Amino acid sequence: MKTRDAAHFAFDALRGYRTRTLLMLLAMSIGVASVLVLTSLGEAARRFVTEEFASLGTNLVIVLPGKSETSGGGSPNLLGGTTRDLTLNDALAVSRSALINHMAPLIIGSAPVSVKNLQRDVMVVGSTSSLLDVRQWQLGKGQFLPKTDIDRASFVAVLGGTLKQELFGAQNALGEWVRIGDRRFRVVGIMSAQGRSFDIDVENVAFVPVATAQMLFNTQSLFRILLSTRSRESIPHAIEFVKRTLRERHQGEEDVTIITQDAVLATFDKILKALTLTVAGIAAISLAVAGILIMNVMLVAVSQRTTEIGLLKALGAPRRQIILLIMAEATLLSSMGAGLGLLMGQLGSSVIGYFYPALPLGAPWWAFVAAIGVALGTGLLFSLLPARRAAQLDPVQALARR
Amino acid sequence: MISPRHSGLRQNDEAEETLFFVSADFFIRQKNMIRLTDIQRDFQVGDQQVHALRNINLQVSAGEYISIMGPSGSGKSTLLNMIGLLDQPTAGHYQLDGQDVTTLSDKQQAHTRREKIGFVFQFFHLVPRLTAAQNIALPLVLAGMNEKERNKKVAQALTQMDIADRAEHRPDQLSGGQRQRVAIARATVIGPAVLLADEPTGNLDSASGIEVVKILEQLNTNGLTLLVVTHDEALGKRAKRRIHMIDGAIERDTLQRAGAP
Repeated sequence: MKTRDAAHFAFDALRGYRTRTLLMLLAMSIGVASVLVLTSLGEAARRFVTEEFASLGTNLVIVLPGKSETSGGGSPNLLGGTTRDLTLNDALAVSRSALINHMAPLIIGSAPVSVKNLQRDVMVVGSTSSLLDVRQWQLGKGQFLPKTDIDRASFVAVLGGTLKQELFGAQNALGEWVRIGDRRFRVVGIMSAQGRSFDIDVENVAFVPVATAQMLFNTQSLFRILLSTRSRESIPHAIEFVKRTLRERHQGEEDVTIITQDAVLATFDKILKALTLTVAGIAAISLAVAGILIMNVMLVAVSQRTTEIGLLKALGAPRRQIILLIMAEATLLSSMGAGLGLLMGQLGSSVIGYFYPALPLGAPWWAFVAAIGVALGTGLLFSLLPARRAAQLDPVQALARR
Repeated sequence: MISPRHSGLRQNDEAEETLFFVSADFFIRQKNMIRLTDIQRDFQVGDQQVHALRNINLQVSAGEYISIMGPSGSGKSTLLNMIGLLDQPTAGHYQLDGQDVTTLSDKQQAHTRREKIGFVFQFFHLVPRLTAAQNIALPLVLAGMNEKERNKKVAQALTQMDIADRAEHRPDQLSGGQRQRVAIARATVIGPAVLLADEPTGNLDSASGIEVVKILEQLNTNGLTLLVVTHDEALGKRAKRRIHMIDGAIERDTLQRAGAP
């Protein structure tokens, strides 16, 4: 029997039992489509997070007090290392390198911010004018923090968009006074609405000069030092320099943790990839279920078409040919299902993409390969049993039935 | 008469049949078309052994017209299926066209069945989703014949059966007689040596029945060996050689001089 004829015969058989074929196609295509949509969602989440991290600022190095590696189950203090605070002088010292472009110290606290009788408890961030460069945020109106000496406390504030809206409404806020804690600040700038970032909700924050924040929260220690290096390649050298400088300043003890954006990114990347794979695995189960459905339906098809198979035997089809015919039918069914699933998957992705344009949707290449592979594989695998059953039919009994 | 006078039979047939065969060689080669020796077929039904065929010895020459009659359960269909290689004997030997076919593999048996044997069933067994032409083409498709050659043969068969205008109709659009003619066309399109018909008129009204029988007889006249299993006395009596079966054994094997009842 020629391949073309076999395919034609199988196709005719599929066309002959329309409802069954359509239902099978539906099951198979939903399986394939769900694999594609779910993996593309997972991938989108991964890319989204990765891009968010990229927006943290390029070549970012974060210095935090305390050595996280030594904290075996508790505070590092218990293990003998005294944690020294990071101070403004530390920050100034580490910024004195040609490798480092910008340095922004960070103090974060919470304080009530009020205008007349309106009051909100918000995050207050103490930093310098460089913060804008390090984090690559956008300023909406006015100016950011003044470019003065780092240890000079001036009572000016920059407000996040939402905070400004809540305190001033549509009125002009520039040049007005706000009360933060027990001091009065003049508003010099408003952050633009797009200025969102991962760890800080820029919309809902008030920025003040770092020295002012030290007074406000009565502390000398910095929450973080943010550094941006001149280039990506200089990150390792910059880290080396920061470690050495701080070790010298901290009596030879290395008591800071340095995080690079890359490390954070890599971790998130790993987590999200695992997530995508998990989701894809779950979707693959639905494909396998579709495969089992195919087996069921082919079994029913075989018993439905007992006489036909008996007839084929009487007309001189050997067992192998009958196995091939049934498998051809299943393969045709699953490949059509896979094709339909691809279409449905693309459609689903574009529908999601329409409602959530921010998500960079698109299934990875391996999802396509896996979906189609599993579809065809299960189709073939699960048609083996029905095909063998058909081949072993006793033609005499098969033809004795009406 | 348990053992038929084969020598006499053959001589008789030779006299008639040489008229239809062009070459004597061809006839001699096909002389002993079917030879069953001590064929036995047992079924296991529950814990009971059923002897569907007991000790069958039968020789059929090429071009014979034989009816097999007997009550239900007498084993006549089993015998036909055995001859058609759809069933395997429990014991005994079966030679078809000079070749021992009992020892062939599944593939070889299928091949032999395809090339040498045609089946006509009571319930036609046409594939419902295929047109008449497609049904007739089925054995050719299975044999791997290319489409052009196939179409030619199918067209020939359709014309021969006088159903050319029904080529594109599906079985449910055909009358019983037309369906059986499609089935006969399918059984003979590949040019088999033996045609096995199991109650070919059992599902037809008498007019279409006669029509179908006449087609079968015409094919026989053209040299096809024809074996018909039937309940119908009138149909059975049309055959020159009549085999009567009871309880899985050949009870009578008679030869009539005149073909017509």
